Amino acid sequence: MKFGVLQFPGSCDELDALQAARKVGDAELIWHGDRDLKGADAIVVPGGFSYGDYLRAGAIARFAPAMESVISFANGGGLVLGICNGFQVLCEARLLPGALLGNTNRRFTFRQVELEVADHNTHFTRACAAAVPGGADERLSIPAKHSWGRYYSSEETLKGIEENGQVVLRYAQGQNFNGSVADIAGVRNEAGNVFGLMPHPEHAVEVLIGGSADGLQIFESMRLSVEGAYV
Amino acid sequence: MRARVLIRPKAGILDPQGEAVERALPALGFAGVANVHIGRLVELDVEDPSQNKEMCEKLLANPLVEDYEIVIVE
Repeated sequence: MKFGVLQFPGSCDELDALQAARKVGDAELIWHGDRDLKGADAIVVPGGFSYGDYLRAGAIARFAPAMESVISFANGGGLVLGICNGFQVLCEARLLPGALLGNTNRRFTFRQVELEVADHNTHFTRACAAAVPGGADERLSIPAKHSWGRYYSSEETLKGIEENGQVVLRYAQGQNFNGSVADIAGVRNEAGNVFGLMPHPEHAVEVLIGGSADGLQIFESMRLSVEGAYV
Repeated sequence: MRARVLIRPKAGILDPQGEAVERALPALGFAGVANVHIGRLVELDVEDPSQNKEMCEKLLANPLVEDYEIVIVE
């Protein structure tokens, strides 16, 4: 399968995303000004500071020509993974519900976080280590690095998200440093093909670097879905 | 004409920046300050003011979490 990794001016994690995707399939960078998604089976909108986070993080990137193609791709059911700034872009583009706000701890925070997999039956978590639900093995250890990562949605939207089972990842007890509502670390759209998370799975694909390869499971999940192994 | 757009966080949403400033002011000796909120100002020359609202809805503000106010500056 082939991943397409977007690259905006100011993106900084697209190369790690490319490396992570290449552990699982083929991958190519897609420049923000390019409408051609190069036959990608899945799109990754990477982390960083697209357009300097000017005005609002992700506010400008959502209108990039490449994003116009990604929006059509997503509306047609294509898999889209948004990481950190990518999550912000997808919320601004209204491909995902809610918005990201400034961390309640008022600090840029860079730390390893433990995430609970709230739903294994998604295109992005099906390869996450299966274990007794609620047990310690259900956690992913993945680094987070952001100052603007508090997930917020109105009460009404939150109710809908929870009832539809759209919460995919939650910060484990004591790990929610940014104040995200309901400890939501990652959320999907209703159709399940678009997913955004603030922590960085692409920085957790080699045990030798950082001590966890849990992030690779997210890319592997996408490969399984694209290659049709999931019924 | 010149338009001034004031963008504010929606009421009821936690505003840590506003809180930080609210705490800093008494520390500097200013008493009786409350309800501090921090927003954004965008000023622009516009030929067609009828576009202002759409510009706010689409780009200048995020209506999910922000309120905006358009003022025409003489």
